[in-house]
Amino acid sequence: MSDTAFAPYTSPAAPVKVLFFAALREAIGQSELQLTLPAPLQISGVLALLSAESPQVQQALAGREVLAALNQQLVASTAWVSPGDEVALFPPVTGG
Amino acid sequence: MTVVINCRVQPEDFVVEQEYQALQRPDCGAVVLFCGLVREQFQPQDMPQLTDTLQALELEHYPGMTEQSIRAIAVDAAARFDLRAVTVIHRIGLLPLGAQIVLVGVAAPHRSDAFAACDMLMDYLKNQVPLWKKVHFLTSASWADAKASDQQALARWQTPAR
Repeated sequence: MSDTAFAPYTSPAAPVKVLFFAALREAIGQSELQLTLPAPLQISGVLALLSAESPQVQQALAGREVLAALNQQLVASTAWVSPGDEVALFPPVTGG
Repeated sequence: MTVVINCRVQPEDFVVEQEYQALQRPDCGAVVLFCGLVREQFQPQDMPQLTDTLQALELEHYPGMTEQSIRAIAVDAAARFDLRAVTVIHRIGLLPLGAQIVLVGVAAPHRSDAFAACDMLMDYLKNQVPLWKKVHFLTSASWADAKASDQQALARWQTPAR
C-alpha cells in the first residue's frame, strides 16, 4: 500500500471547463465553454486549440496579455491540463 | 500565535466602525485601516474642461478563486509580520462615485507591523487577486488597464522576509 494520495478516476473523455473573465469574456462573447482534449495539452496548447476552433476566440486572444488559472490557482502557460480540470483565462487583474 | 483572518467578497457596503471594533484586542496596540474609494475621473484625463465624467466602477470577480486568493495573501502577511487579526473586504458589482470599494484592516501589537502588512496586502490585492474594474463614464465604458507602477510596488515585498 503506497502513501500516495487517492486520486479519483476521471474519464479521459471528461471535458475541460474553460472560463473567461472581464475584457476577454466580452471580446469572446461568452463566459464559459467546454473543451474535449484530443491529447494531453499545456495551457498554451489549450489557447491554440481554442483559437483554431473559433475565429472569434482567435481574434479576442490576438495581441492580448492573458493570464491563466488552473483549478483556481494562477499558473504558467506551461502547466499541464487534465480532463475534468477548470481553466480560467483573463486579462491582468485590476482590483483593489 | 493564532491570527484571526476575516475575508469577504460582497456587493454590500461595509461599516468601518464595525470592522475597527472587531479588530481590537487587548494585546494589540495598533490597528491600521485602509479604505479604497471610487474617485472622480475625467476623460480625456488632461482636459477636465471637456469632461466625460466617471459615473461608476464595475468590479468583476472569479467566484471561489477570488475569496481563496484573498485568504492566501492574508495568510502570507500574517506569516511575515507580527499580527493578531486581518480583515479584508472587497466589494463587487456596480459602485458609484464616492462608494467604498475595499477595506484592509490589520491589528498588531506594534504599529510598524500593522502599517507594513496593510501596505503589502493592498499591493497583493492589486496584482494577484482575480478582480477586474470596468470604468463607466457618462458616454463610454472601458476595462481598466493594469498599471506598471502597481507591479513595481509588489517587488518591494519579494525580497526575503526580515
